[in-house]
Amino acid sequence: MLHTRMTKRYLFKAAGTAALGVAGAGMVARRPVADAQTSDLLTVAKSRGLSPDEARAALATYVPPGKYDEALMFASGGQSGQVLVFGIPSMRLLRVIAVFSPESWQGYGYSDESRSVLRDTSPESVADIPGLTWGDTHHPAISQMNGDYDGEWLFINDKANARMAVISLKDFETKQIVQNPTAAIDHGATVSPNTDYVLESTQYAVPFPRTKYVPLDQEHYNNEYRGVATFWKFDRTRGRIDQAHSFQIELPPYWQDLASFGKGPSEGWVFINSFNTERAIGGTLEHKPPIEIGASANDMDYLHVINWKKAEALVAAGKTTVVNGIKVISLKDAAENGVLYFVPEPKSPHGVDVAPRGDYIVIGGKLDPNATVYSWAKVRQLINAGKSVGKDAYGVPILSFKDAVAAQVKLGLGPLHTNFDDKGNAYTSLFIESAVAKWTLGAPYHSADEAWKVVDKLPVQYNIGHLAAYQGDTAKPMGKYLVAINKWSVDQYKGIGPLRPQNLQLIDISGPKMRMLYAAPVGNAEPHFAEIIPLGKLRAWDVYPPGTNELTMRPDPNAVQPGKERIARHGKTVEVWMTAMRSHYTPDHIVANKGDKVVIHITNIEQALDATHGFAVHAYNINLSLEPGKVETITFTADRPGVFPYYCTEFCSALHLEMAGYLEVKP
Amino acid sequence: MLAAPARNGEKTPAPRARAGRGGWASRWRDRERATGLFGAAAALLLLSLLWPYWTIHLYAPQYPQGLAVSVYLTHAGGDVAEVDELNHYIGMAPLAEAAPVERAAGVFAAAVAALALLVVRFSGRRVPLVLAAPTILFPLIFTADLSYWLARYGHSLSPAAPIHMDAFTPVLLGQGMIAQFRTAAALGPGFYLAAAAAVLAIWATVLRLRTCRACVLRDRCSIVCLAPRASSAR
Repeated sequence: MLHTRMTKRYLFKAAGTAALGVAGAGMVARRPVADAQTSDLLTVAKSRGLSPDEARAALATYVPPGKYDEALMFASGGQSGQVLVFGIPSMRLLRVIAVFSPESWQGYGYSDESRSVLRDTSPESVADIPGLTWGDTHHPAISQMNGDYDGEWLFINDKANARMAVISLKDFETKQIVQNPTAAIDHGATVSPNTDYVLESTQYAVPFPRTKYVPLDQEHYNNEYRGVATFWKFDRTRGRIDQAHSFQIELPPYWQDLASFGKGPSEGWVFINSFNTERAIGGTLEHKPPIEIGASANDMDYLHVINWKKAEALVAAGKTTVVNGIKVISLKDAAENGVLYFVPEPKSPHGVDVAPRGDYIVIGGKLDPNATVYSWAKVRQLINAGKSVGKDAYGVPILSFKDAVAAQVKLGLGPLHTNFDDKGNAYTSLFIESAVAKWTLGAPYHSADEAWKVVDKLPVQYNIGHLAAYQGDTAKPMGKYLVAINKWSVDQYKGIGPLRPQNLQLIDISGPKMRMLYAAPVGNAEPHFAEIIPLGKLRAWDVYPPGTNELTMRPDPNAVQPGKERIARHGKTVEVWMTAMRSHYTPDHIVANKGDKVVIHITNIEQALDATHGFAVHAYNINLSLEPGKVETITFTADRPGVFPYYCTEFCSALHLEMAGYLEVKP
Repeated sequence: MLAAPARNGEKTPAPRARAGRGGWASRWRDRERATGLFGAAAALLLLSLLWPYWTIHLYAPQYPQGLAVSVYLTHAGGDVAEVDELNHYIGMAPLAEAAPVERAAGVFAAAVAALALLVVRFSGRRVPLVLAAPTILFPLIFTADLSYWLARYGHSLSPAAPIHMDAFTPVLLGQGMIAQFRTAAALGPGFYLAAAAAVLAIWATVLRLRTCRACVLRDRCSIVCLAPRASSAR
């Protein structure tokens, strides 16, 4: 029984902590009141069977109604194709941002605007893949200035189709999706310290470019399959990726993985890790080893060290070829011009993470119990001196492992991914061990006798993938919180069927020992990575300025003012300029003939907080979300005759049910 | 033409003869003081155009910050759209349709009232009160008109409205209750500026009339002041 753990002494300790918290809030004036509240808190803790640590954790995470969380966490949603926004420390799910999958609550994938984003019909698109209705979001990246989150934009990749999305943190809506014209599957997504580029690194090699067929045999694989590093140029003023000024670097058909940009002394460089440098392609039915075995044969893979400033210079000098509309630096040029170097890394690693000052690069060994730490100064020295220990099959110079490494820290089984705190500590997820290891970095973060030591370990439930510390992948980590993103919840939640939620656990990292605070099940998505930003850095809009187009974030030419609503017919098109307000649409009758194209522009003329309206049309598969001030357009063909009610799907007011109208389609 | 009374005054020896403590000369200073006060009153009245005369706050659970509508001499400001939005449920007319004549005439009326104060300096003994009256009555007229429109709006609710409410008059000052809304109404800075202008105008009128009573030319002036300039008075 949990109760038995609560001895009287511990209860007093817990109560003392609680009472201190209450007193700190200025609610206690006199001792008898404090005593009464303390005993009340004790009663609650006891009746709920909470240990003192658990009661303390509850107090540390509870955010009362009407109060705000300290920070927001942007987490990918995996195969849900979306982004999830959590409050920290409450771990409450505050928003889902629709990105790669249609999402009817937000009207995403139904309005003309969101359909244009989802289908990537922007004129820049050169290799659109039609008909996609889902994505696999993995690595969210908040835009940065000087290596620190600026809270303006969020980028997220779709692993399944090699796409990159741009989300505005003014309205938390997806503004752009670009399709990688040459790559099929990606994994890494990260931004340069000033958000000049968003890097998308591929995962599974395919024929280069992906639009061509090359038979899958070892020889063809080695010669014509390729990985790609895509540097998407971000135009801040437009808030869009500028494909014309983006470029790619062709890479060997190893399976590249995650990536991190250098900062400080390593600014201008980017690091991408890889596995399957064995170039295994499987063939289980032909009695060849499965990919997982073939790809894990070697003890070392290659950390890719890329000089992106030099690559940029090559692009400017015209040393590129245009493939499917994007400029590509060939593997040969990259290898020969000091753009691409390899450093051996053990073994089938996952995370590659740059320390806050940009001086160390940490590799999670995955199949090796060590975190391998490279010294940027040493790597730089080897490159400057032109010292390589050989070349790989594609002519890429390989640097000496032992000369580049600063330390190897034995953490435990399955080290995957590392974030940092503000005190020079690193936190690495241990997948196989289901734990988080806290360990110390070397100089200048710690003195020589304190350096490179595991100082704490905390079990998590279970199978932790990535972790996210508070600003933990920036130049300015804030410590305090860390979230373990666990893949399996196993026995943590009960009575919900076989598809188990993911388990996100909030950990207090402010003290010398890590403390488990809270667990949040995620039953609608699979977060892979997340970034945590202080709430104060975000400047989100409460409502749209009246008549705003959600894509341009500027006045929509089809916005209408009340009293100016109208219906115009030209040829086979019926065009409607409609307003929505509590609790009516104007007009509430639309008449079309069968086969007419119907275009409806709806302006929500409200400016009150939360006065959102929906717009659903029976049988036409239409639902819009019209937040205050927003204009949406929906275009459809009235191909079925009949009378079709339209109504507000968002419970907007006392007369919400009365907020309706009729579309007549004459046979 | 305006200099004419001064010239007339020069021909008159009487003011100098009566100068002395409590005599005409001190009354003359009152006249100048009155002119200054009238000028200040005119400025305050014009300044009041920039500020709300009256503000009503409305509080309901779903509006934690509350709603506020401020009535200026020329328009209504604040959360007018949202209040109109709510009012349409009970059939109340849009706020922008209230007091059209008053709002159109507001700036003109204030300007005329202020100008009238500046003219007092040149007016004979029968006129100052008449010229000051618009300013003195200004806040009262505003309040009376606002009360009228509040009552009229609350008593002409559209019978076709979705929610039927008994006719009511929103509270002019202090706390009230309209459906789920707690209301708190108060006069605003514009009103207080206009009220201050009225007080100054009363004060100035008293000073001015006192001067006139002491003036030797009081029987000869009626519309136009015949008193000499201050410089010649000493």
